[in-house]
Amino acid sequence: MTISDNGFSATRRLILKGAATVALIGLGNIPSGFTSALAAANDKYPEDAFKAKSDADAIKSLYGKTAEPSDKVKLDAPEIAENGSVVPISVTTTLANVTSISFLVSENPNALAASYKIPAGTLPSVANRLKMAKTSNVIAIVEAGGKLYSATKEVKVTVGGCGG
Amino acid sequence: MASTIRVRATSSGDTTEVQALIQHPMDSGFVKDAKGDTIPPHFIQELTFEYGGKSVFVADWGAAVSKDPYVKFSFKGGKKGEDLKISWVDNKGATDTTTAKIQ
Repeated sequence: MTISDNGFSATRRLILKGAATVALIGLGNIPSGFTSALAAANDKYPEDAFKAKSDADAIKSLYGKTAEPSDKVKLDAPEIAENGSVVPISVTTTLANVTSISFLVSENPNALAASYKIPAGTLPSVANRLKMAKTSNVIAIVEAGGKLYSATKEVKVTVGGCGG
Repeated sequence: MASTIRVRATSSGDTTEVQALIQHPMDSGFVKDAKGDTIPPHFIQELTFEYGGKSVFVADWGAAVSKDPYVKFSFKGGKKGEDLKISWVDNKGATDTTTAKIQ
């Protein structure tokens, strides 16, 4: 953890308080017509890939090809996650011409968690926090020069992030 | 209301490191509340960072991103004092936008 990371943690309590307010406002009556119109305009969002159940289906839907494992993709995730609702996961790669990076959690109800577009000039390195329903493989996909590369790591989850 | 987006963008000369924290419930649609009713899905789908009129980072998110999501990335360029524009849209059509000065 860097010093700046800690800075964010210190503000987390404040943010959590605010989140309740956001939820109330967010759940207000948004006309359904507006939502669908927006979804249509938003055609770049890979809806089908996010609905895919398995990791293989999600990768196929998102990229239309399969990935090969590569030691140039560095996936950083904890061995054991005590809290499956917040699992810090990051990826960096030494591959050139990276155009996108995606994160999948194999055992989640929908495997694809997040997909990032990396325009030219942006470094191929992303950190984020994901929810994990249970112990599962986490897969990072890096698209570089039109090819797919992957790294996989198992993360043990002691308390799931999707249970009720 | 204050912005839901907190951003810290720090220039180190050649590159700018961006950390963002967003207030959002990120409900997956798989969780039940105390009464046993399913909480409907409510999550951010797209998050965009723009600098100098160009996208420098675009996130497509599913429901498996944690509540109050955090993301970190870096891009080449970015001058101190200039604006980085951040916006998101969720699956219910809600949006928020903010700009942050690169430090």
